[in-house]
Amino acid sequence: MKKFLSLVLTLVMALSLVACGGSGSAGKATSGEKVIRIGVFEPQTGENGGGGIQEVYGIRYANKIYNTIKIGGEDYKVELYEVDNKSDKTEAVNAAQKLIAGKVSAILGSYGSGVSIAAGEYFKEAKIPAIGCSCTNPQVTNGNEYYFRTCLLDPFQGTVMSSYCKNHGYSKVAVITQLGDDYSEGLGGFFVKACEKNGIEVVAQEKFQTNEQDFKAILTNIKGKEPQFIFAPSSIATAPLILSQARELGITCQIGGGDTWENGTIIENAHGAAEGMVVTTFYEANPATATGEEAVFLKGNGNGETATGFSDYLVNVEKQPKDIPAVSALGYDAYLAAYKAIEAAQSTDGEAIRDALTKLTFTGVTGDISFNSDGDANKNAAYVKEVTDNKFVFKEIVKID
Amino acid sequence: MNGMQFLQHALTGISVGGCYALIAIGYTLVYGILRLINFAHGDIFMIAGYFMIFSFAVLPFPIAIIVTLVLTTLLGIGIEKVAYSPLRNAPRMSVMISAIGVSYLLQNLATYLFTAIPQPYPEIPGLKLRIEIGNISTSFVTLITPIITILIVVGLLYLVNKTKMGMAMRAVSRDYEAASLMGIKLNQTISFTFAIGSLLAAVGSILYFTDRSTVFPYSGSLPGLKCFVAAVFGGIGSIPGALLGGFFIGICETIIKAIGLSTFSDAFTFIVLIVMLLIKPTGLFGEKNIDKV
Repeated sequence: MKKFLSLVLTLVMALSLVACGGSGSAGKATSGEKVIRIGVFEPQTGENGGGGIQEVYGIRYANKIYNTIKIGGEDYKVELYEVDNKSDKTEAVNAAQKLIAGKVSAILGSYGSGVSIAAGEYFKEAKIPAIGCSCTNPQVTNGNEYYFRTCLLDPFQGTVMSSYCKNHGYSKVAVITQLGDDYSEGLGGFFVKACEKNGIEVVAQEKFQTNEQDFKAILTNIKGKEPQFIFAPSSIATAPLILSQARELGITCQIGGGDTWENGTIIENAHGAAEGMVVTTFYEANPATATGEEAVFLKGNGNGETATGFSDYLVNVEKQPKDIPAVSALGYDAYLAAYKAIEAAQSTDGEAIRDALTKLTFTGVTGDISFNSDGDANKNAAYVKEVTDNKFVFKEIVKID
Repeated sequence: MNGMQFLQHALTGISVGGCYALIAIGYTLVYGILRLINFAHGDIFMIAGYFMIFSFAVLPFPIAIIVTLVLTTLLGIGIEKVAYSPLRNAPRMSVMISAIGVSYLLQNLATYLFTAIPQPYPEIPGLKLRIEIGNISTSFVTLITPIITILIVVGLLYLVNKTKMGMAMRAVSRDYEAASLMGIKLNQTISFTFAIGSLLAAVGSILYFTDRSTVFPYSGSLPGLKCFVAAVFGGIGSIPGALLGGFFIGICETIIKAIGLSTFSDAFTFIVLIVMLLIKPTGLFGEKNIDKV
């Protein structure tokens, strides 16, 4: 009896696997309409799960607005295929293979450069174009003609922060970076390089381990060197710890981070210690002057869940606070880039979509987007925001040459 | 490094060590009784953080603290009843795997329920007060952590050595079959041990997270591992050993970061584990294991 039962169960499992394999993309869905699949390669759990999911919200919202596409006169439904890369380089490869096996036509993501770099080779081999939303390390797109991105680069952010320091007359700065984290070390490294060029002395360069929760030791060392500015690009889990422990130790200078730090949870979690910190960012929501795509993003298109804009969508559908994270806007733009490229290519084939991406020019939420020969978005200025009265307030635009 | 900086580092190290000691005692108590390494202990510590966040949101803080302590204690007893006690007569390895299972269950449950976004830990009035002595700047909680830890250990030693329940605990840890033949209620004693272990984890969690201001689903895993090392270092099964181990790991870690070797701070903790197991497997205060035939 037991043997028979296990045999039946094995058969059931085998059949369900076959059933899974059958539902590929670009085929007929059950309802009879044609479907094109876009993969969402984002961390929804793990260290960067918090930020990753915010990008997914932007992508889902864009998918609700642009949900069908005309290819060769036929309507295709755009379906998102979400996988969780768990903020882990090994898991990222598994997730990437899942996407490739799922026959997606394009891929969006990921939050966190490390996982994007790990998965990039696989996407390239499978000839599926990937569009990063906020992965800012140069290595993501470098030498990989199938990886694009809609955001600034690490060197750019580090350089911008250095220019900011120069503009404000800081002459002694300190850097804190996370060991083995491509994003953190990337920003930190380029900040140091730019500071040397700008004649700013870097008095301390400290490093910490992933998941570290005690920064007092390195902060005590930094305090002894008396810097006027501390640059600490790192994850949103780390930021409130660095901020509150620095203030507790009596460090009063300004502290700055990269784009990941522009996140309401940091202000909340730092219990007031975030006051006065600065971040570089990709996007500044301004409903009053919004036109075109940004207006659609902020004010909605009048239909169903997306009727009144992204802010309401976050509250009503995703049950999140109403503040718009910059990465959600980038997620929206990445989706839009994929959508427009598919439309231009008139094909579900990865290679054709890639070729279309290289020639694509469009206006997204975060401004005009076109891709250079590396696949990076062409941008030359960044927003700097400062926390004032527990809110991110736009401070200045920093341009570099 | 000047004198002031040295004092500042010492203070940080002792405070971190105090928290580690409280968690390490939880490992040691359970190991002493059941010969089980309760891998879920670090995650109980993390869940205690979430209990505090939610109870603080609706209750005044003294009651919220009590609610947190009670809930965490119940969680510890519940885990023992559900995941460990049915395996009482199973090989020790099965119980250990069950413990690892519980650990992952708690982490993933927390991710599912509360998301991976770090949640702000409430500020208990008074604890975050900044204190400045000369050039040294610290918070009240940093100062009281080691004091609370030592008081708790003194109380615990009294409980184990002088009370009837403590005597039962010691008897069960020696030979639980013989103890139950002598009329000691086995399950009650084990539950009591888990209750104390979890209670200490809750106290540790309040002190630890007040200083670090955020809780996320994985915030218990690394402290959990380090405290396990602390318990082994001091001699697993020994309460003073766990205390000493906790302080040792906390202080060493801070020193290593302070001299600019952050890269190796975690590696160091695990090197301590390996070295200790090689030269003195029973730890500093561990009992010599005599196999009775």
